Amino acid sequence: MQFGIFSVSDITRDPVSGDTPSEAERIDAIVRIAQKTEEVGMDVFAIGEHHNPPFFSSAPTTLLAFIAATTSRLIVSTATTLITTNDPVRIAEEYAMLQHLSKGRMDLMVGRGNTAPVYPWFGQDIRQSLPLALEHYNLLHRLWREDVVDWEGKFRSPLQGFTSIPRPLDDVPPFVWHGSIRTPEIAEQAAYYGDGFFANNIFWPKEHYIRLIRFYRQRYAYYGHGTKEQAIVGLGGQAYIATKSQEARSAFRPYFDDAPVYGHGPSMEDFMELTPLSVGSPQEVIEKTLTFREHFGDYQRQLFLMDHAGLPLATVLDQLELLGSEVVPVLRKESEARKDQQAPAAPTHASLVRTRYGDQPPRQPRPNPNRGDNVTGGSPYQDSTAETQAGYPEL
Amino acid sequence: MSSQAQQPFALAVISAGTSDPSSTRLLADRLADRSCELAACHGQSVTTSVFELREIAADISSALVSQLITPRLQSAITALGDADGIIASTPVYKAGPSGLFTSFFDILDDDLIIARPVVLAATAGTARHALVVDEQMRSMFAYLRALTTPTSLFAAPEDWSDPALNRRIDRAAVELVLLMESGFARKIRDASWESYQHEYGSAGGTGTGIDLDTDLMRLAAGGAAG
Repeated sequence: MQFGIFSVSDITRDPVSGDTPSEAERIDAIVRIAQKTEEVGMDVFAIGEHHNPPFFSSAPTTLLAFIAATTSRLIVSTATTLITTNDPVRIAEEYAMLQHLSKGRMDLMVGRGNTAPVYPWFGQDIRQSLPLALEHYNLLHRLWREDVVDWEGKFRSPLQGFTSIPRPLDDVPPFVWHGSIRTPEIAEQAAYYGDGFFANNIFWPKEHYIRLIRFYRQRYAYYGHGTKEQAIVGLGGQAYIATKSQEARSAFRPYFDDAPVYGHGPSMEDFMELTPLSVGSPQEVIEKTLTFREHFGDYQRQLFLMDHAGLPLATVLDQLELLGSEVVPVLRKESEARKDQQAPAAPTHASLVRTRYGDQPPRQPRPNPNRGDNVTGGSPYQDSTAETQAGYPEL
Repeated sequence: MSSQAQQPFALAVISAGTSDPSSTRLLADRLADRSCELAACHGQSVTTSVFELREIAADISSALVSQLITPRLQSAITALGDADGIIASTPVYKAGPSGLFTSFFDILDDDLIIARPVVLAATAGTARHALVVDEQMRSMFAYLRALTTPTSLFAAPEDWSDPALNRRIDRAAVELVLLMESGFARKIRDASWESYQHEYGSAGGTGTGIDLDTDLMRLAAGGAAG
């Protein structure tokens, strides 16, 4: 099982000190947080995508490439990459490049985004958000698997004889998670393609996404990717840890009370009781996190939200230290001991290469020379099959 | 009468009165009592659950700002979703139903009380608020596609000593009981539930059916957008 950190990329005033970090400070801080995630023995760092203040993460692949370059083991990912307002062609290109530069230490999570004003900034309409997401992902899936794509859809200009470059590392597409908590169509798409399904798990009542994950598992099996137990599930969670529970509660309370998403609403105690949030000793965080498996079944990736609501960098780094040294090792051991034999590990680049090629060397596409017309037609690579045909516009 | 009709009717009473006891609650209780008596005359029994929104005011405001539905709030939502009939009673302060009352209904899923018979009731300190029930509350329940009874109740201070209020309570009770007996809401649910708009997990968390035979589901499974 993989453990890691996911960040929304909010730049929030610290309600205790009254300071708001600058964009520059927060961007430096997030790099440090990602590096620390690896240093304390965790596996994944994921960043959100936003296009409005008070967030900073508008260009996730640039950030993640830098993080990958300064770490050695960490998998970099997103939470989420906007499949609606981004052109799937750009997603295909940018994340394939990230995959090459990180040597396969990456994956991504696609999501829709629910901020209505963002859509028109990118020429889209939130009322079409769901069909837009589904169609864009169908295209993205092909762009990483077919050297030459002819495509026509409802939401994007057609593609004729298009090759997304670079081809994925080892010609193995990045693993994709689909993030959703109440959209059966997204669960269906994840199941259809055999991709992962991620529930951010910040709010309960959890009953309807328990049912949605069950639906995803059934459909994953229906489409022949494996048994229900072999479907790939990820979950979020939130924690604040201190040696003693009371210490954790008094330290986190001002941040909770002022938090952008749920502050000024329920009491922290109610929120702890009714949602996955745990604020307390390492043992309390361990016990709460272990209940997730009971609700959702064996799952492959657990991400924690630790750096939000204005928590200063020094505190976040201390939190990661506690999480990595006192909580995660126990969770690893316990989840390993409790899991079903059938439950697989989260896919990695290495495991996907093995599945695809076994002991054979992976494909390494080498382009044919430019024929002078700046398009490479149906045979962009030296090993392209001659039968591949590309359609072109007729003038 | 079918055997199903012999089950006790579930009557949910929502009161947004703020004192204890409040005249808003009193008005709702008088109607609930009359409805039970009347149903008894027809050989029916009624189980009444009363929800004082005052007691869950903090839960309601938390849900509005943070999406968190507490168990106490969920039990009110579940009772409404299961109700055969509803009495919705609110004080009027500023020419509209109280904010507590509308906040509660703002939280509900749009498909929670489709076709359910509802009696609207309001109290106020002056008769100048008399049209709030028919002009504002009725439209909110129309949005929720509930079935409001022809008679609504309004009580300003002078109405409490006027026998006409009792006659209106009796009239509303007859309408409510007859509508519950008709089984209209249940029949709509059986006959055309799918023709209303639903979201996954809506109808108070009970709407978890998934239809695979849709354009969007075909698009999800690699098809083309319709």
